[in-house]
Amino acid sequence: MRRLDRFKETPSQTAGPYLHIGCLPSKVGINSPMEMNLGNVLASENAKGQKITVGGKVFDGKNSPIKDGMVEIWQADADGIYKSNHSKSYQSDPNFNGWGRSCCDFETGLWEFKTIKPGPIMLENGQFMAPHISFWFVARGVNLGLNTRMYFSDEEFLNKSDPVLKKIKRKTKIKTLMGIEITPNYYEFNIYLQGSSETIFFEI
Amino acid sequence: MGEKGSILQGLIYPRDKNRHPKALTPNYKSTLYRSPQMPPLPLESTISEVTGPVFGHNTIGEFDSDLTRNFSTGNEMAIGERIIVHGKVFDENANLMPNVLIEVWQANAGGRYRHFNDNYKVPLDPNFGGCGRCITDKNGCYSFYTIRPGAYPWPNGGNDWRPSHIHFSIFGRSFAQRLVTQMYFEGDPLINLCPIAQTIKDPKGLESLIANLDMGNTIHMDARAYSFNIVLRGKDSTIFENKLNGN
Ligand SMILES: [Fe+3]
Repeated sequence: MRRLDRFKETPSQTAGPYLHIGCLPSKVGINSPMEMNLGNVLASENAKGQKITVGGKVFDGKNSPIKDGMVEIWQADADGIYKSNHSKSYQSDPNFNGWGRSCCDFETGLWEFKTIKPGPIMLENGQFMAPHISFWFVARGVNLGLNTRMYFSDEEFLNKSDPVLKKIKRKTKIKTLMGIEITPNYYEFNIYLQGSSETIFFEI
Repeated sequence: MGEKGSILQGLIYPRDKNRHPKALTPNYKSTLYRSPQMPPLPLESTISEVTGPVFGHNTIGEFDSDLTRNFSTGNEMAIGERIIVHGKVFDENANLMPNVLIEVWQANAGGRYRHFNDNYKVPLDPNFGGCGRCITDKNGCYSFYTIRPGAYPWPNGGNDWRPSHIHFSIFGRSFAQRLVTQMYFEGDPLINLCPIAQTIKDPKGLESLIANLDMGNTIHMDARAYSFNIVLRGKDSTIFENKLNGN
């Protein structure tokens, strides 16, 4: 039974245009405190799996790339294991950190991650989720962080049976969740906040 | 739930939509072209949302939680009213949360950010960077030293001023708990005039973003204290993963 005396979540507020100061201070020339910047490299040299770069832009309703936002990702390793104490029975790749952060470039809006292609993820009932990367986006004008997922367009077979993709009724929208390999090992994933190509966001 | 392959510890409570601002809040003009027009698709949490990055205390440098000194050259300190901001981090089930990484950023005492896009005429403080970090201890407590940020005007149409505020970025244990918000100061008359603060329609919700003056934790002849507690989403331990595909 649900507890009736639950606390209520702290409400969200926009990250505003100056999020770099707190989240990636070196990006705005603040180098002395917080020397350990949390960054966009998830895989070290010896990480298992296919090394890939995932990059893209986030477009606003005027089709302009957003230049003051921030993207964070979370994903499983090459065997589909999350680096998390939730999976006590499995050890995730010690050379792979499943989380990363990248700010949109001030000139172009491009964000990028150096990572590996995650494996399919087994659920307890034996079903598999297709390889995917979870995304979270905040910026000025975004009141509550936006969640979406990037799947891999070259995983057609697994994508077809993915329990999340299967729930999407407007099948034509599924392509908004597909990262596309535009050059070898570089997957492009553009996010559209509005308009006819608006990305599917999830209420997670 | 069996031990082997025990990958889910229960689903996250759905977000209370009335607690958070809507995506489109026209009085805050930047939302006009940055708010999705389709409602988000509800997704029962899978392992991808229930898990999340965990940061250790070694992420934090010695002065990360002292904004009065962490950017200073030599022995100089930041200019402004010295304060300590402290509080506890809970989940919705009222559990205290240790090892929660909190990042903060703020304007200086005059209301200017150390950011090349901020050209407000107030001067920069050479000894103030405006960023800090801390991690909650085993009792779920955090604290940092800083100076009270100034209010500042911003281009939104009209004569809009942001109340004094500190930006917070908070990591729980699940990717679904990720939260960015802002902390305001008790008694600030600008809160009720601010288009961003007013995106929150639930008065109790907005109230929960206002830190209280906490004279009991004042540091003698040094700093006043403000207390600000944070609540992250909680897990419903009665629902398990077999529901994931069961509907
Ligand atoms: Fe601000």
